[in-house]
Amino acid sequence: MTERVIQVDALARVEGEGALYVKLNGQELESCEFRIFEPPRFFEAFLQGRAYGEAPDITSRICGICPIAYIASACQAMEMALGITLSPEIEALRRILYCGEWIQSHTLHAAMLHAPDFLGLDSAIDIAKLHPELVRKALRLKKLGNTLMETIGGRAVHPVNTRVGGFYAAPDAAKLQALLPELDWGVAAARELTLAFAGFDFPADAGDYHFVSLSHPELYPIDQGRIVSSRGLDIAPAEYDDHFVEEHVARSNALHGRMRDGTAYLTGPLARYANNFAKLSPTAQATAHEAGLGAVETNPFKSILVRMVEVQYAVEEAARLIRAYRAPNPSFIAVPPRAGVGHGASEAPRGICYHRYEIDAEGRIVSARIVPPTSQNQPQIERDLARVVRANLALDEAALKLRCEQTIRNYDPCISCATHFLKLTVERG
Amino acid sequence: MQDVLILGIGNPMRGDDGLGPWVAARLAAAGLNARAHAGDGTGILDAMAETAHLVLIDASQSGAPPGTPRRFDAAAATVPAEFFHYSTHRFGLAEAVETGRALGLLPAQLTVHAIEGGDFTAGERLSAPVAEAAEALILTLVAELGR
Repeated sequence: MTERVIQVDALARVEGEGALYVKLNGQELESCEFRIFEPPRFFEAFLQGRAYGEAPDITSRICGICPIAYIASACQAMEMALGITLSPEIEALRRILYCGEWIQSHTLHAAMLHAPDFLGLDSAIDIAKLHPELVRKALRLKKLGNTLMETIGGRAVHPVNTRVGGFYAAPDAAKLQALLPELDWGVAAARELTLAFAGFDFPADAGDYHFVSLSHPELYPIDQGRIVSSRGLDIAPAEYDDHFVEEHVARSNALHGRMRDGTAYLTGPLARYANNFAKLSPTAQATAHEAGLGAVETNPFKSILVRMVEVQYAVEEAARLIRAYRAPNPSFIAVPPRAGVGHGASEAPRGICYHRYEIDAEGRIVSARIVPPTSQNQPQIERDLARVVRANLALDEAALKLRCEQTIRNYDPCISCATHFLKLTVERG
Repeated sequence: MQDVLILGIGNPMRGDDGLGPWVAARLAAAGLNARAHAGDGTGILDAMAETAHLVLIDASQSGAPPGTPRRFDAAAATVPAEFFHYSTHRFGLAEAVETGRALGLLPAQLTVHAIEGGDFTAGERLSAPVAEAAEALILTLVAELGR
């Protein structure tokens, strides 16, 4: 048997520091490990003893791409612990803010980081050279997401206007309504980008996924909901620990999320979409159909299309909520601190972001737990890699290496808010 | 349109990656039009529309000794992407500059100042050689751009 070793020292277009190790013995796949070196775990220890109100701001620093996910889940958990019920106006404002995050995060990933994979290009720079109009459209759409976050959150990265119980100040209706023409443009732009990407030559693949996502009685899940799955799970976020575990594995500093029975599951766009297709707007559903997506999509390489359908939905949803917007008054609900435990779950662009906090009678954080989507998806990423490697053994080293990288990029993994790069090693014995 | 805009890029909670924001805060305190930029690099593209003279400050990770300063005239030549791979931004400084070049968005003057970082682990501090190089960069920029 010819021994072959493939090594990539820097997997581009992925956030954070980690590595992939694949060992092949002839046609047999001996091991397939996705290693993460830099989890955001220090935040949990850092939070102990802090005031409850600091949790959203501190945890939002975990990620420069999805701060709202952390803010929303942390606020929700603290509001549960404190017994705060939000007004519908505050809930709507938080959802608009979250739509902004989906628009900017998904568009960045789909157009600038993921699309090059399907065009045989090495980078976002190449796509700008070859498809400048597509990139201009994507950048304008992404900026629209940032503008929503700035208008409501005070600034686009690490917003300063959010707090437990609502917002320090409610934005003027006029400022939000001024965004409506651009939002109307954004709906069409998201649709055009989805249909442009639908023309890509997607690798054939189908995962046997256990889809886990949030679900809301009326709306496509973004800011809140129950945790449901394609195999019948339906629980409140407070029951998370009864059904999910995180385990240490020697090869990764990030915990691996699994079901209590040890099986892997998938969270993120494909799961949300499969569990909630009926709650997408008819127009977003129509775009999905035109792009060739069914009501359930099991080819992870087509997650780029699902992301763009979700962008169209998020733009439509932001416009719908802004048309109905009434400034919340009061802009936040404040209550005296009390001892308690709270759970929060929201749909980060990459999947469920779960937070649990225990606070004491003075409102100080006794314990904190944060489960980001990428750690939940790690076991499923490894399963995807194993399946893709087995199905593509005939590919030469460079092509197999690239296919592995693409498999990881399907997840838009946000390994942590910072640091180096992803090292990829494929070893053949 | 602003005469000159200085963006300090990085995450202040990741050790030497906080170089850019740290320098930007000091320059702003000295009266220059400077601000921190966190998050992904597409925001740098947006900033290109604000000014005819953009100055970018970022930590690099190229294998040089920590504190090594470099200066690139990015309007004239390609920014070496490998210097900025450590970045907290999946679409980072080099990608933003080169995308801006491809789309014809570059301002007339675009300077990139990089200082090699040594320690990118969690924590809000700069390592000694990086802090020293940052002080020198602040003096240079105040002398060049201050009024």
